[in-house]
Amino acid sequence: MHILACVKQTPKSDNVKIDPATGCLIRSGAESAMNPFDEYALEEAVTLKEQVGGTVSVITMGPPAAENVLRDSIARGADKVYQLGDMAFAGSDTWSTSYALSKGVEKINAGQKVDLIICGKQTNDSDTGHIGPQISAWLGIPNAAFVRRVVEVGENSITVERLTEDGTEVLQLPYPCVISVVKEISNPRVRSVKGRMAAKRAEVVKWTADDIGADKTKLGVKNCPTRVVKSFAPKRDSNAVEVEGANGKEKAAKLVELLKENKYI
Amino acid sequence: MKDWKNVWILAEVSRGKLSPTAYELLNAGRALADALGEKLCAVLLGKNVKKFAADLFEHGADVVYVCDAPQLENYIDDVYAKTLAGMIKQYKPNKFLLPATNMGRSLSAKTAIFAGTGLTADATEVLINKEDGQLHATRPTFGGNLMATITCAHTRPEMCSLRPMSYAKAERTLGRSGEVVEFAFNEQDFTSLAKFLKFIKSEGEGLDLSEAEVIVAGGRGLGKPEGFALLEKLAKRLGGAVAASRAPVDSGWVEYRRQIGLTGRTVKPKLYIACGISGQIQHMAGCSGADVIVAINKDPQAPIMKLAHYAVQGDLYEVVPAMLEALEK
Repeated sequence: MHILACVKQTPKSDNVKIDPATGCLIRSGAESAMNPFDEYALEEAVTLKEQVGGTVSVITMGPPAAENVLRDSIARGADKVYQLGDMAFAGSDTWSTSYALSKGVEKINAGQKVDLIICGKQTNDSDTGHIGPQISAWLGIPNAAFVRRVVEVGENSITVERLTEDGTEVLQLPYPCVISVVKEISNPRVRSVKGRMAAKRAEVVKWTADDIGADKTKLGVKNCPTRVVKSFAPKRDSNAVEVEGANGKEKAAKLVELLKENKYI
Repeated sequence: MKDWKNVWILAEVSRGKLSPTAYELLNAGRALADALGEKLCAVLLGKNVKKFAADLFEHGADVVYVCDAPQLENYIDDVYAKTLAGMIKQYKPNKFLLPATNMGRSLSAKTAIFAGTGLTADATEVLINKEDGQLHATRPTFGGNLMATITCAHTRPEMCSLRPMSYAKAERTLGRSGEVVEFAFNEQDFTSLAKFLKFIKSEGEGLDLSEAEVIVAGGRGLGKPEGFALLEKLAKRLGGAVAASRAPVDSGWVEYRRQIGLTGRTVKPKLYIACGISGQIQHMAGCSGADVIVAINKDPQAPIMKLAHYAVQGDLYEVVPAMLEALEK
């Protein structure tokens, strides 16, 4: 089985700071790492490979430094890694990014057909959750999002559980298909020494927009359908009211009074 | 683009029930439609869903587009997205709001590709720009650390998924009615290779978090799984639901679906009571949209004591039972 995990290099969530004056992200000094949701996707890919055999490939789209997350993927058990890098991709929204990734998948398919594509639920920088469903749309293949468990990996199809607000739905998807997974799916392992060594030596396959045969009129900040026209820091009043009282009991009574007074309860 | 008219909302139906997000979208959509001088239209997809049209009219819809077919009983991404894209192609809406529920987020993403248009995810505010009539959708990114306003200038419809509970429900006007338009679907769109096998109802008792107006959440400070029974009592008394920060979920005290925060869920209740939660930014990302946040924590230095609206320094095992007592009065 050939499993492809999609990953993205994003700022480490702990290090995100916003300049209160400009509302812009302070990127200097911010470390980057694999999007935490993608760690679960990659771990599940490696776990499934260990169960049924096969190959785990990893693809990312990003600037040259994004090579780091691909090497990290090797350390975490991936076999082959692919980087889509080209100025033509810069500033792409999810529509364009998913298009580029789908073209990358087609190129990988030409070498060894991909059976299962696994994406994280969303990224920690743009939080859209679009990429999994959208890759499947470009490729015209079935998908499921919010997948919490793989029930069965069959010869021709995979059975998964996906989370809904009120429970769980069980779906059977034939290969090739795309699943986007939530944290519950796996526990990312510690990178092995052997893996770290392999990561240093691994070959990162690098492709440009032309290499994957992408239509450049669909790529980049000028051509993608959506645009960020404004960004700003959210209003956050840090005027916490300290609820006073001699002890917990008094404070509790005061709190209930305040909540009632303001009609919160 | 002049051919593209009217504001659409998706009225999500799941397991025979109309989602309350439909009323929120009707409220948000009404303001957009009025600003544009266009109609507000709701879309119903599913099996035996036509009956909900009357309710949607009473909550502000002028037109309800219905695609009612047995093959749509359960949500399959391909089938729903192809059908919606077919409706978009035929009726050409100007703006299209969908709920940012699990289903809505996945469906809106796939539909946007089939319909060849842009989509803004999980917005919390939507406005019409007076100068050009474009949709300005504002959304939190970077786990709630940054707000971004997004437009889609050159393709239609401008699509947007709207975070549940960002808008109040539309008010009901008894007897208000409108026009039902039945979509002549293409049965081929209903064929998918994916199979829906079954639905398993959540084992957890109680109210769903996305619908709860009051949420009582517990963190590491609970110290033991039994602490949740106490929070459950308070939640029940306030007509709300229980949630958790990451630590109790990782310890296996609470199921993952109840986790609030960056790696869990985002909620927007009226009242959020955080018990023994320190208030790391990853947690706050999931609850900062609450109207009012109460922190109950032993540690006066915990970040949440500044981020909350009301901070109670104290032992939750003393404060929560005392709150229950005070509520009885």
